[in-house]
Amino acid sequence: MINEPFAAGNSLIHNLDPRIRVGLASVYCFVIALAKHTPVLLAAIVISLSLIFITRVNPREIARRLVIVNVLIFLLWAVLPLTYGDPALFRAGPFSISGPGTKLAAQITLKCNAILLAFIALIATMPLVTLGHALNRLRVPAKIVLLLLMTYRYVFVIEQEYHRLLRAARIRGFRPGTNLHTYKTYAYVVGMLFVRAAARAERVNQAMRCRGFNGKFYTLQQFETVRHDWILATIITAMIICLLFLEWSHRA
Amino acid sequence: MNANQPLICLKQISFSYPEAPPVINQLDLDFYRGDRIGLMAPNGSGKTTLFHLIMGLLKPISGQMEIFGKPVKEEKDFFEVRRRIGLLFQDADDQLFSPTVLEDVAFGPLNLGKSKTEAIEISRKTLEFLGLAGFENRITFKLSGGEKKLVSLATVLAMEPEILLLDEPINGLDRKTSGKLIDVLKNLDLSYMIISHDIDFLDATTHAIYTMANGKILVDQQMQVHQHVHAHPHGTYPHAHET
Repeated sequence: MINEPFAAGNSLIHNLDPRIRVGLASVYCFVIALAKHTPVLLAAIVISLSLIFITRVNPREIARRLVIVNVLIFLLWAVLPLTYGDPALFRAGPFSISGPGTKLAAQITLKCNAILLAFIALIATMPLVTLGHALNRLRVPAKIVLLLLMTYRYVFVIEQEYHRLLRAARIRGFRPGTNLHTYKTYAYVVGMLFVRAAARAERVNQAMRCRGFNGKFYTLQQFETVRHDWILATIITAMIICLLFLEWSHRA
Repeated sequence: MNANQPLICLKQISFSYPEAPPVINQLDLDFYRGDRIGLMAPNGSGKTTLFHLIMGLLKPISGQMEIFGKPVKEEKDFFEVRRRIGLLFQDADDQLFSPTVLEDVAFGPLNLGKSKTEAIEISRKTLEFLGLAGFENRITFKLSGGEKKLVSLATVLAMEPEILLLDEPINGLDRKTSGKLIDVLKNLDLSYMIISHDIDFLDATTHAIYTMANGKILVDQQMQVHQHVHAHPHGTYPHAHET
């Protein structure tokens, strides 16, 4: 269900302190998301691609993820240029391709891909468990971290339960089709899944209380920042500052 | 506290789930230090409910409970109880919620206020005692059924309890793993109560086997374990015999 194809690796970025990676990725994303000028976004794409290049992760796996996001973006390309209004880039009969609409669609495409690539390079290259611990160290509220880690832990159990229910239906001759019986069966499966998840949550809570849980969450993982962490962090920070500078110079 | 006083003393405890007849009906129980008791009773007779009442996960409708010589009623009374009594749940997936084995085992000790180093030390020792050395960084949900059960036991033992309550510990385990569990239990210097449907397992691990009926524990009708001769139509596979 959840694979972590990028988490294993031994590149400069894989070895970078997870706390620094989370911090840099957050700042970087904000800068890209708020940038308004195309040259800045083009530069961001280059930076993101070079980060990906450093991680040396499987390009095919990355392409697969990019395709998913860009299918959604394609819908924007189908709508925005036709509906955004004047001034038109060119007209063909009753249709007109809007200039600002096209620019907006292009910017959104660049932003999404730059952010996604940066996240794959910086965040997806650590196991989710490590991410949880890094967030904990960065003083993200314990409840959110706990929610993340528990979701990760039990999503597999719930998936198993889902398959168990579906198997139970199938061995009694259930074949999905386009009819009310199918919809009803799926509704039962989903309903049952919620009931079981709630019951499971109750039992997990009981088990935690039995072991003295009182809302406080401890992690054992220690993070260490070594010198090469700081060097890499400084380089990435410098790039972010360059992006900001570029953005301001275009604005002036 | 007097040595002859029961560790767990339930008097006239009743409990029922909403809109259902009472599962536990004016039940009395005295559990002493050194007791090793098996509970064998039909499904739905209230065995698990009894354990949950002792741990304070369910509140009785009436009756008094004294655990370690102190009356317990409120949630805060049970903090002490949960520290000194370890409950092993039926489903190991309920018990193991941390990502890694070491973290799960260390969870209890950390909650008891141990430092990180102490907690790790205790966890490693417990895992080693159960023959699980080297499991520290394994991912809990990727363990096999038997491994999950043993790690759950480790999470309970790491809190250094005085009493263990084991809810169907060998359910779904093969002969080899349940044999391992028998060895572990025999080597523990602990009092415990075990719910199980396996007479051989209870015979090997407990001193007395009680049953439950009509919401009460039947102590005076102790089950008699007897030897019997039987054939193995499928060869030696179905079960191995100890010699």
